[in-house]
Amino acid sequence: MATVEEVAECMFKEVEQFSGKKRFKPGDLIKHVQKELGADKDQAKLAIRALTEDGRLVYSYFGGTWLELPYQEGAAKG
Amino acid sequence: MSDVKTPMLDELSGGQWPSFVDQIKQEAVHTPRYNNDMLKQLEISYSDNRGHWKHGGLVGVTGYGAGIIGRYTDIPNEVPGVAQFHTVRVIPPTGLYYTTEALRFLMGIWNKYGSGLMNLHGTTGDIIFLGTRTNHLELMWDELAAAGWDLGGSGSSNRTPSACLGKSRCDAACIDTMDLIHNITNHVMDELHRPAFPYKFKIKASGCPNDCVAANARSDLAIIGIWKDDIRINAAELKNYFAKHKDPKQGFDMVNHVALMCPSRCIEVDVNAETLNIRNGECVKCMHCINVMPKALHVGEDTGAVILMGAKAPIVEGALMGTVLVPFMKMDKDDDYQDFKDLLEKTWDYWEENGQNRERIGETIQRVGLAYFLQQLELEPNPNQINAPRDNPYIFYDEFFDEEEEAAG
Ligand code: SF4
Ligand code: SF4
Repeated sequence: MATVEEVAECMFKEVEQFSGKKRFKPGDLIKHVQKELGADKDQAKLAIRALTEDGRLVYSYFGGTWLELPYQEGAAKG
Repeated sequence: MSDVKTPMLDELSGGQWPSFVDQIKQEAVHTPRYNNDMLKQLEISYSDNRGHWKHGGLVGVTGYGAGIIGRYTDIPNEVPGVAQFHTVRVIPPTGLYYTTEALRFLMGIWNKYGSGLMNLHGTTGDIIFLGTRTNHLELMWDELAAAGWDLGGSGSSNRTPSACLGKSRCDAACIDTMDLIHNITNHVMDELHRPAFPYKFKIKASGCPNDCVAANARSDLAIIGIWKDDIRINAAELKNYFAKHKDPKQGFDMVNHVALMCPSRCIEVDVNAETLNIRNGECVKCMHCINVMPKALHVGEDTGAVILMGAKAPIVEGALMGTVLVPFMKMDKDDDYQDFKDLLEKTWDYWEENGQNRERIGETIQRVGLAYFLQQLELEPNPNQINAPRDNPYIFYDEFFDEEEEAAG
């Protein structure tokens, strides 16, 4: 069974790899780690919590909630 | 009062009702930086016939994906004071009871970090702080959290659960809505602050079928207090109502105002013998008789809740009312409301796995069909889940029964 840190790393890599090309909902990342690592949902939620509390990923809202790499305020861009 | 010139908005100040325009102008004296430009933008919107707010984006406080709604103007050069004008949602005390000390604290925080404009309470049931800048958010949040307040839900999260004031003031309450919703709010904190659903999810609880929080129309999961046994009758008070009936000055008519307004016509009143009988098996719990004769009639003693699912306002699809999922569930404080929490977990598991992006649970149920949804949640089908009797006469059940008999061998 993967640790929460490993689950978080797997999520982060997925977001980083597709940064600028694809957006991920939290549910997408949960499904990704379930498939890749056999992680359970509670572990996946703890991993998201760790990633967002450390500021490695941030939440955004564009017609739904997404997890992304931190950058400048979205709707502020114009 | 603000001296910003707003001839079109000022028309809304006329009439006998309080006007939001006056309120904003009053508040602009304390926080002119935001509110003068807000008034200007509103006036521009009225003359342009279009809104100038954009919402969304990346604002929030560290670790939370909900509670802050990013809001920006699309004409920042004309109204720089509201270039950023974010909304903050704060969880209110259950039942919406405040001390004046608490209210003063909240107003103080918002005068310090925001526009001073508040909305108690938004349609979500939250305390809504309207208008602040990104660089104030963490500072404001630190002070709020230190005083024991927390942010509410937004985006694709479980929204802040809400309750009527229930047993704290109301005789009709069949369940302790305040305790229940306080308990559930603490239970769902992670889902509230870290959105992970296909779309928003609202839980509301009303203590009786009067449904004062409109749970049946406005929440994905409605908990409505109900009773299973008979309506209780207080004989002494019933006598007083008959006395009222017989006094023409009172304008109270036991036949026309009570018995004939019962939707199931299950009340029989004999004004001469001064008797009132209810065929409780036919009562549909509409609350009418209890509401008009509150001293004589009371909800029963075997109480619990009916659980409905799927209501929503029209956003992506049209409006839906809730569908009965569990006709009666005991709301057991001693068991920490475990039956309800189990149902909630199962619902979320199914919806997270199968719900489409921006699809509310009611739409998921419509898409997959109620029968299939019940199966997935391991709930028994029950006649109470039927919204209306079938109206298609071309369905023949014989073949289903034949198949069943064949299968049984
Ligand atoms: S819903 Fe029922 S219990 Fe709750 S406040 Fe209204 S009348 Fe009272
Ligand atoms: S609660 Fe409504 S349905 Fe039931 S007896 Fe009273 S009026 Fe009739």
